[in-house]
Amino acid sequence: MDRSDIAKLAELARIEIADSTVDEVAKSITDVLTLVDQLQAADTDGIAPMAHPLDATQRLRADVVTESNRREDFQALAPAAEQGLYLVPKVID
Amino acid sequence: MHNLTIAELIQGLRNKDFSSVELTRHYLDRIARLDSRYNSYITVTEDIAMAQAKEADERLALGDAPALCGVPIAHKDIFCTNGVRTSCGSKMLDNFIPPYDATVVENYRKAGAVMLGKVNMDEFAMGSSNESSFYGPVKNPWNTNCVPGGSSGGSAAAVAAHLAPASTATDTGGSIRQPASLCGLTGLKPTYGRVSRWGMIAFASSLDQGGPLTRTAEDAAIMLNTMASFDAKDSTCVDQPLEDYTAGLNNSLQGLRIGVPKEYFGEGLEAQTGERVQAAIKEFEKLGAEIKEISLPHTDLSVPAYYVIAPAECSANLSRFDGVRYGYRCEDPKDLNDLYKRSRGEGFGEEVKRRILVGSYALSAGYYDAYYRKAQQVRRLIKQDFVDAFNEVDVIMGPTATSPAFEFGAKSSDPVAMYLEDIYTIATNLAGLPGVSIPCGLVDNKPVGLQLIGNFFAEGKLLNAAHQFQQVTDHHKQTAPDID
Repeated sequence: MDRSDIAKLAELARIEIADSTVDEVAKSITDVLTLVDQLQAADTDGIAPMAHPLDATQRLRADVVTESNRREDFQALAPAAEQGLYLVPKVID
Repeated sequence: MHNLTIAELIQGLRNKDFSSVELTRHYLDRIARLDSRYNSYITVTEDIAMAQAKEADERLALGDAPALCGVPIAHKDIFCTNGVRTSCGSKMLDNFIPPYDATVVENYRKAGAVMLGKVNMDEFAMGSSNESSFYGPVKNPWNTNCVPGGSSGGSAAAVAAHLAPASTATDTGGSIRQPASLCGLTGLKPTYGRVSRWGMIAFASSLDQGGPLTRTAEDAAIMLNTMASFDAKDSTCVDQPLEDYTAGLNNSLQGLRIGVPKEYFGEGLEAQTGERVQAAIKEFEKLGAEIKEISLPHTDLSVPAYYVIAPAECSANLSRFDGVRYGYRCEDPKDLNDLYKRSRGEGFGEEVKRRILVGSYALSAGYYDAYYRKAQQVRRLIKQDFVDAFNEVDVIMGPTATSPAFEFGAKSSDPVAMYLEDIYTIATNLAGLPGVSIPCGLVDNKPVGLQLIGNFFAEGKLLNAAHQFQQVTDHHKQTAPDID
């Protein structure tokens, strides 16, 4: 992991990383990836990936409304909302 | 009153030895007087607690008391509480007041329990020492120079310091069992899907599971009776019949087959901790159990597999924190991308950011098969080890943690050293199995834990074994010094 790898990753994850800490972050992520690389030695030929401990599949429910509209309750939590809309900096000039 | 177990409190309230108002006041006074030593609570909900206690006393007087009527408990600050700040130990959610209760919180409210407050934790449940909380580290009541474990460090410290009779907690890679081990408590991680995750802030959805931290196995059974439920709002909750986990506590252990995995006693285990654990397992022989050595050959791969799967799921789950809909937003964003990046850069702590970055890397184009798919294949191998073992034995036993509580700062600068702290607990989460940690002695005046791992939905059997052990030993009755 070099500085440009970290910059790319930070962009993908939408996380600002201060320039002064990039080297430190690169080192710690490299350490974690070194740990994780032990997986490559495992023989996994023909083993199906496991996503759920009980191999359960998603339950389906009847297509009926079960939730009430609580828009105002939820928008009250927003850093900036107005007239039912979430406010963000201008996206298109 | 603060030395009584949940079982004793239920009896005392029903016998009118004390009222819930008296009991709750007593705990609130203790928290006010003593918690500055431990920092176990983030929010104390005094007004709610007193109102719930008053209501509980009315129900007790009418003879209309549900299971936990009037019993005070604490909730880990990861469970959403209607109208009460739920921070998840993060600056990101320092201002978050949920408009609903988690199913677990609702279950306890319906059972008549009184909420004392919300307890401290590693940020977003990522950590094994409670040093990553935005609200500062929690101190271990047994030795305040040492960590309480994590991520449910506040839950464990509050119960160990007798600032709550029991607490809810969550376990993604050991976050209930390891703090139980380090603080001398009983901590149960149920089978994946046994307890609803609805309203429990998600870290790694295929691994997260709620459970109780208590002083005894009997209390864990009582707490699980209320906590476990089938919940249609959690699509991964398992529709399995509920049982009374206290019903089998007194069953005999005659003929119980105990498997001891040789991989759990390797070089990473501190010697005296290993001796205490071995001695505890021997104790089960006296209770009629048969002990045999087993092998879980993929144990070494559990930490590497976990540190792909958990960060990958974390990076997806935590993408919801964008500075737009709720939570922290940076000052004066210059455009939308700046808003996202700085809100997340400033709102998350170092460990959370590290895991999001690792997860984003593992899921990024070109790396998915090498990391995520590979880790999921290894996950199946790890599960298969357990399936094979449970063909031969009923319960697996070994250490919970590699050593007793370590000092602050000992591992916080080296993430990989901290990750290896969970080497004996992580495989259980990957496989989805239930596990419990119970105290089994002291090393340097600090507790160590024995871990019991059961087959899917065998919580009853685990608690039975733990309870029988606690009938013939008194490790669980040892309390931290200076808790008054």
